Amino acid sequence: MPKGYFGQYVTIGIFGLVGLALVVVTLQLARLVRPNVPSPEKYTTYESGIDPIGQGWVHTNVRYYIYALLFVIFDVEAIFLFPWAIVFERLGTQAFIEMIIFIGILALALLYAIRKKVLEWL
Amino acid sequence: MEMDIPRIELAGIAPEIALTVAALVILVVHAVLGNRFSTWYLPYLATLGLVVAGALAVIVWDVNDLQLSGMIALDNFATFVKVSLAVFGLLTVWLGRDYLTRDRLEESEFYALVLFAVAGMMLMAAAADLIVMFLALETFSIALYVLVAFKRRSTEAQESAMKYFLLGAFSSAFFLFGIALAYGAVGTTNLYSTGPEADSLFRFASAGPSTDLDLLVLAMGLIIVGLGFKIAAVPFHAWTPDAYQGAPSPVTGFMAAGSKIAGFAALIRVLDAILFPLRWDWRPLVIGIAVLTMIVGSVLAVVQEDVKRMLAYSSIAHAGFVLVGVVAANDRGVSGSLFYLATYGLTVVGSFAVVSILAGPGEHRTRLTDYRGAFYQRPLLAGALTLFLLALAGVPVTSGFVAKLVVFGAAIESGYWWLVVIGVLASAIAAFFYLRVLVVMYMQEPIEGVEPAPSGGWLANGVVAITAATTIVFGLAWGPLIDAAEHARFFVAGG
Repeated sequence: MPKGYFGQYVTIGIFGLVGLALVVVTLQLARLVRPNVPSPEKYTTYESGIDPIGQGWVHTNVRYYIYALLFVIFDVEAIFLFPWAIVFERLGTQAFIEMIIFIGILALALLYAIRKKVLEWL
Repeated sequence: MEMDIPRIELAGIAPEIALTVAALVILVVHAVLGNRFSTWYLPYLATLGLVVAGALAVIVWDVNDLQLSGMIALDNFATFVKVSLAVFGLLTVWLGRDYLTRDRLEESEFYALVLFAVAGMMLMAAAADLIVMFLALETFSIALYVLVAFKRRSTEAQESAMKYFLLGAFSSAFFLFGIALAYGAVGTTNLYSTGPEADSLFRFASAGPSTDLDLLVLAMGLIIVGLGFKIAAVPFHAWTPDAYQGAPSPVTGFMAAGSKIAGFAALIRVLDAILFPLRWDWRPLVIGIAVLTMIVGSVLAVVQEDVKRMLAYSSIAHAGFVLVGVVAANDRGVSGSLFYLATYGLTVVGSFAVVSILAGPGEHRTRLTDYRGAFYQRPLLAGALTLFLLALAGVPVTSGFVAKLVVFGAAIESGYWWLVVIGVLASAIAAFFYLRVLVVMYMQEPIEGVEPAPSGGWLANGVVAITAATTIVFGLAWGPLIDAAEHARFFVAGG
């Protein structure tokens, strides 16, 4: 093992080179041993074996984005709630009030989303 | 396992809480009531929130304390910035009311976002920990990204918001990397020590020549880059003209005033208070940025044909002038910079108020040619714009002159007279394009057959009147404000 401050980076460099070599060697080796039979089908986009339909450039409904956003809100809520619940007994009233405020703000966000008709699909 | 439960000192962030509550109330009340009862109450709620926040900030004047486990600094420096921000917020809300009703845009979200942005900016000024500073930076930046795109049907606004967002996210990454390196160097992200044992950036920086500072200097550079984006300093200014042009004019004024004072508050606290012992390391960097910013901002403004773009480059140049005060790194430099930012903020909000009114519905009249003969159609508005432009140019009897005088005076006190010479030369170049607008307004006839310059509602006119009054008052009787800025001291441990 190389020693010293920059020595440690030499290890990373060797690791990177080995990784690069692995990819290059396997791909070149495959090119040497495989038969070469080009056909038009092989140049189409792969869509699970079915012939591709339409363009790759399509609009995604913006509503999915809002759903994802709402999902993140509740995701974060869960992340905070679980550790809080585990140590709840030792934390006392103050932590309880804090969590009520936190959930209250999230509830306001949900109320806002409902009133803005986010949860209705078209 | 014993847990160390931090003491929750919510009083330390009372102004921010007041603003957040007001913003939530605005959002929810409007969402529940809908547009049935019109929206007249929304600006009142926003005004109430901002006034309460400002009052809560003022009552801790002369308190010298760290709150929330050393995360928040309650000092006069933060208070001065917070009160300025509350005033900018108020003017933006009032101007926004006029603008939104004219252009038929959604109101409640606008006020809520402005309040969230002000809350983030206030937190930025009071942050005593780099992580809190980053949190505050993101809070107000995200609110501003949305505000820039507020005319969401306009492709121009979308473009400018996208540019602002991408470069803003980029700068946040720089800032965060700087924080990570600072943590690597010091072992904490705290700016001030909370106890005799506790480590902090300040203690580390002032420990003397025995400490290895390389990593901290690198961190400092990255933090300067990250904040340089927010204050629109060259070479981190590329987003400024586009974002300023595409955003609604009230938002542009708010960005120029609020974003700048918040970014500078963080920069001044980090450089002039915490890393003061390392000033010989950061000064060359900041001097370089200041010189570039003053010259590039002034020179590029000369060729602009759009008034909003011109004011954007002028705001870049002004960031350079404030940086001169930061470089000085003495008491007068800090108070001078604060005075500069407060008066510049009022003036720039006023100029964008006039631009907003004269631009008319949909903001189509922002080109310089649209201002031809504006004086003969709207003498009062044109007169106010004249005053603002003279203040931006730094003509005596306006607040801009006093501001430049204090900042340059502080630089001379520190021995940077050549930096002042560059600053004065840049001001002279800058005066050219301010005068160009005046020539267009007073000496050219309006084009035949073009609709005359529109007039504003009473709220927008009121904002223009208030900012014009402050521009003159602080130009003649600068004493009280300078006094307040001189008392705006940083937190001192054990003081």
